[in-house]
Amino acid sequence: MYSINKIYEPKSLQEALEVYNDKPNLVIIAGGTDVLIKLRAGKLKDIELLSINNLKELNKITYEKDGTIIIGAMTTFTDIFRSEIINKYIPILAEASVSMGGPQIRNTATIGGNLCNGAVSADSAPSLLTLNALLKIESLNSKRLLPITEFYEAPGKVKLNKGEILTEIIIKKEDYENLHGKYIKFSNRKAMDIAMLSVAVIGGINNNKFTKLRIALGVSAPTPIRCFKAEEYALYKEINEEVIKEIAKLTLEEARPRDSWRASKDYRLHLIKVLTYRALNNCVKMAGGYISE
Amino acid sequence: MSFKIIGKGVNRKDAYGKVTGKAKYADDFFEKEMLCGKILSSPYAHARIRNIDVTEAEKLPGVLKVLTYKDLPYIKFATAGHPWALEAKYRDVADRLILTDKARFVGDSVAAVIAENELIASKALELIKVDYEVLPHVLDAEEALKEGAPIIHDERPNNLVSDFGNEYGDYENDFKNAEHIMEGIYETSIVQHCHLETQSAYSYKDIDDRLVIVSSTQIPHIVRRIVGQALGIPWGKIRVIKPYIGGGFGNKQEVIIEPLVAAMSLAVNGKPVKLTLSREECFVNTRTRHAIKFYIKTALSKDNKLQSIHIRGFSNTGAYASHGHSIIMSAISKFRPMYNFKSFKLEPKTVYTNLPVAGAMRAYGVPQIIFALESHIDDICRKLKLDPIEFRKDNLISLGHEDPISHVKVRSFGLPECIDRGKKFIKWDEKKKNYQNQKGDKRRGLGMACFSYFSGTYPVCLEVAGARIILNQDGSVQLQVGATEIGQGADTIFAQMVAEVLGIPLDMVHVISTQDTDITPFDTGAYASRQTYIAGAAVKKAALEVKEEILKYASQKIGVETINLDIEDAKIINKNSGTEICTLEDIALETFYDRVYSKPITSDTTVNIKTNAVAYGVTFAEVEVDMQTGVIEVLEIINVHDSGTIINHKQALGQVHGGVSMALGYALSEKLIFDEKTGKILNNNFLDYKLQTIMDTPKIDVDFVETYEETGSFGQKSLGENPAISPAPAIRNAVLDATGVYFNKIPMNPQTVFEKFKEMGLL
Repeated sequence: MYSINKIYEPKSLQEALEVYNDKPNLVIIAGGTDVLIKLRAGKLKDIELLSINNLKELNKITYEKDGTIIIGAMTTFTDIFRSEIINKYIPILAEASVSMGGPQIRNTATIGGNLCNGAVSADSAPSLLTLNALLKIESLNSKRLLPITEFYEAPGKVKLNKGEILTEIIIKKEDYENLHGKYIKFSNRKAMDIAMLSVAVIGGINNNKFTKLRIALGVSAPTPIRCFKAEEYALYKEINEEVIKEIAKLTLEEARPRDSWRASKDYRLHLIKVLTYRALNNCVKMAGGYISE
Repeated sequence: MSFKIIGKGVNRKDAYGKVTGKAKYADDFFEKEMLCGKILSSPYAHARIRNIDVTEAEKLPGVLKVLTYKDLPYIKFATAGHPWALEAKYRDVADRLILTDKARFVGDSVAAVIAENELIASKALELIKVDYEVLPHVLDAEEALKEGAPIIHDERPNNLVSDFGNEYGDYENDFKNAEHIMEGIYETSIVQHCHLETQSAYSYKDIDDRLVIVSSTQIPHIVRRIVGQALGIPWGKIRVIKPYIGGGFGNKQEVIIEPLVAAMSLAVNGKPVKLTLSREECFVNTRTRHAIKFYIKTALSKDNKLQSIHIRGFSNTGAYASHGHSIIMSAISKFRPMYNFKSFKLEPKTVYTNLPVAGAMRAYGVPQIIFALESHIDDICRKLKLDPIEFRKDNLISLGHEDPISHVKVRSFGLPECIDRGKKFIKWDEKKKNYQNQKGDKRRGLGMACFSYFSGTYPVCLEVAGARIILNQDGSVQLQVGATEIGQGADTIFAQMVAEVLGIPLDMVHVISTQDTDITPFDTGAYASRQTYIAGAAVKKAALEVKEEILKYASQKIGVETINLDIEDAKIINKNSGTEICTLEDIALETFYDRVYSKPITSDTTVNIKTNAVAYGVTFAEVEVDMQTGVIEVLEIINVHDSGTIINHKQALGQVHGGVSMALGYALSEKLIFDEKTGKILNNNFLDYKLQTIMDTPKIDVDFVETYEETGSFGQKSLGENPAISPAPAIRNAVLDATGVYFNKIPMNPQTVFEKFKEMGLL
C-alpha cells in the first residue's frame, strides 16, 4: 500500500502540460521504478502523481532525414536496446540500456525517467554525454533545447523548472557518424545492479590519431561528467600505449569520486583509470586504430 | 540394493501446483476483516527505554491497539527451534521478550500496532513516542568480551553466552613433539538466508476459543510450544498450521513473529491479524548467519601427518542468544570425522553484541569452520610445498572411524572417491601445469575443499519423527508426516519411499503437505538435513506396517501364506511364481466393506533414531582473477557428494545447484554491512546486499558417489545443507593458487580484493 492521494493520467502531452502548469507540485511518474521505490520506503508520501504513461507521442525512436536520432522520453530501456536504429547508429546506448536493472525493470523504466531522476549512477547518462545529446524540455508556454552536459546540477537534481517535462532526447548525426564507442559498467553483479562506476568512451580515428574523443564517467563525481581535459589532450596525438595511459590518467583530474560503504574513493579512482584505459583500447580497435608500444 | 522408485528422478509432487500459482503460502490466505500488524523497531543499537507513549498512535482512526512490553506477560523465552529439553541445563537461553523493554540492536522490536490496513499501521508507528536513554554499544565479538564492554543482558554481564568446548588426547604433547606448527586466522562475515518468502503469519481465535496461527515455518510443533511458553498459555490451546513455504534455510527454524502475531490477535479479542515482514525487516529482524573468527593452530609430524589441532573461535550471536552456542558446537563436532587428528582442543566462545540476531542457517556453523579449516589446510600445503590433494588424502580418517567424544561412527566413507572424481573432472594436473608462472592481468587458478557433515542432530538432540499412512478404497494412500516440506522436496522423497515399500505407483501416494499441529504426527521439523534420514525411517516403518496389514488381509482372503505374497504395481502377486492374484484395490475395498472382517488399514507410527550418518563431499573450482579490478570469476565448479543412496536424482541436483549458488555469494559477494558508529544496517535490500543473480552463476557440475549407509532406511545420508559447505574455501584456495594472495576473510568482493592487492604491493 502506497501513500498516494491522487493520480492524474492525461492522455496527451498538451493535457499533461496543462495539468502540470496548474499543479506544479505534482510528482511525475514515468516507468515508476524510482518513484514507487521512494513511496514504498516512505521517502515520498501523501503525494499527488502525474502519470505520463499514456503519452504515446513520447514513446518513439525515429531517424530523421538529416540523420538526427530522436528518442522519446517515455521510451523504455527494452525498446531502446532492441531498436534497430539505436543498434545501427549508436550501439553504445544499446549497450548501456541492456546493462540497466533486470528484464522487468527494463520493460518499464524509461530513458527520460533515468535522466530526470538525476542519479549519478544512471546507466544512460555517460553514453548520452559522449553522444552530446540534446534534451528537449517543454512546458505549457515554452520549449527549449538543453545540452545534456548542462542538465545535471547536483546529486538527484537536474535543471527542470516547475511545469517542465523532458520530452525528447536528440542526437545529431555529426555526434555519432564514424565514431565508435564503448560503455563499461562496473558493478558487483552482472545483472540487477547499479553501477559502482561507469565509463563511456566514443571516438573517431584517422591516421591512428584521435580526430574526436569524448569520455564520460558515472559515479565518479556528484553528477555524471565529461572529462574535457583528457579529451583535449588526446586530440591528434599519435596513438600509443603511453598516450592511452596518459588519457586514462587525465580523467582523474575531473573526477571527484566519494568514499562510501559501497566503494572507497581510492578504489573508484583506481577503477576510473583502469576502466577508461580498457574502454579506450576497445574504442581504438573498433575505430580502426592500433596501439603501438 | 535395487529399487524401483527410489533413485529415480521423478518430478516434484508439488511442481505443477507451485508453478501455476495454485499452492498457497501464508500470505495468500484471507480472513474476513483481517487486520494488519506492524512493528516499531529501535533506531538505536543499545538503549534503555524510559517511556513509551502510545496515546497519539491509538487515537489515529483505524488503529485498534498499540502494544508494548507493558501489555504483555513479562516472560523471557528462547526462540531456537530445538526439541524441548526436559533437563533445564540443556535448554536454550531464554533471553527474549515478545516486545522488548530494552533495545539491544537497531531493529529490536519495541512496539506493535494493530490497524485496519498497512498504511494506517505505518502512520501509527510514526506517532508512537519512545523516550530512549542511549547506551554505548559494541559490535565486535572480541571487543564485547573485554573488561568494561557495554553489558547487553544483565543476566550475563560478560556478554558470554557460553564457552563450552571439547578436548581429546594429549594435545600438549602432540604440539611439543611436532615437526611443524602452523597457524592461521580465518574469518567469515554475516550473511542472510534470503528465502524468497519473508516471514509471514496470521492468527485468530476459532470457535472453540483456541488460538490458530498460520505461519511460514519449518517447525510447526515447536512454534506451538514456544508461543505457549511466551504467552503463558497451555500448549493445547494453540493450533499451528504450516502451508507451502517459500524457503527457510534455517531462518524459519526459529520462532520469530508467531508469538507477536498471536499476542496481536489476543489484544483485539481474537480477531484475525496478519503480520508479514518486508524484505528490509527480514534482513534486520529475523536471523543471520553467525560471523565467526577462528584462530587455528595445527601440529604436524615429520612425515606431514596432522597430529593435533587447536581451534579458538569467536562466534558473534548478536543481541539475543537464539541458537547461540549450538551453532559453533555443531561446527566443532561436524568437521571431526574427516582428518585423523590424534588430539584436539576446541575452544569456542559465543558472544552477545549489539548486532541483529544470528541463528540457524544452512549447515549450522559448518560453512564457517570448513572455510577456516580448508583454507588452513591449503596454507599448510603452500608453506610446506605439498600437494593439497595428496596431503588431504594422506590425512583422512578411514572407514569405521569413531569420534572419541560423540561416538558417531563412520559406516560409509565415499570421500576419497569424491576427491578422485572431482580432480579428474576439473583436469587438475593438466591445468595446474598450464597455469604456472602467469604474468598477465587475468590469472587462473584451481582450488578444492572437502567437508564432513551429519544427518540430523543425534546424539546432541532428540531425533523423533512421526508418520501416518491411510489406505484408501482404491489402494492409494495418504501419507502424513510431521516433517515439513519447505521447498527442499521432502514430500516427494517420502512419497517415493512409500511407493517403493508398498509396490504402488508414485501417483497413488497422496502426501498431505500441510502440517497442522492438531492432526499431524509429531516431528520437530525441517532442519539439520534430517528429513530423508530421520523422517525417512518413520515413513518406511509406517509403509511396512501398512504392507504387512495388507498382505495379512490378502492372505486370509486368498488362502496363501503372507510369506509367499507381495505387492507389485498395485497388484497382489505370488512372490514365487510372479503371477498376479488380484489387484490391491480388490483387497483395499474389502478392508473397508467386508461385513465380517472390515478393518480399514492405517498406520500411525513414530521413530526415535539413535544413530547418525556422516555425509561427505568435495568442491573443485577454477577461477580467473582480474588483477587490475579485483574481480574474481568462477569458470568451473563441481561438487561431488557422498550422501549415501540418492533417493531422487533430479531433486538432488537441484539441491546441489541451490547450495553451491548460495556458497558462491558467501565466497564472493554477500555480506551485511553495518555502520560502525550507529550499528545500523546499511544494505537491507537486494540492491545493496549482493545476492548473486543467475547471470553471475557459472555452470555448476554435480556428481554423486553413492555409498550405502546401513543406518539409513534406504541407505541414504543427508544432502540438504551439504552443498553450501565447501565451495567458499575451494574458491578461496583457487584464488590463492592464481594470485599467491591469502584471503583469510570472506567475501572476496572486488573492493576487498583491491585493498588486499594494494596491501601486497600488487597494484
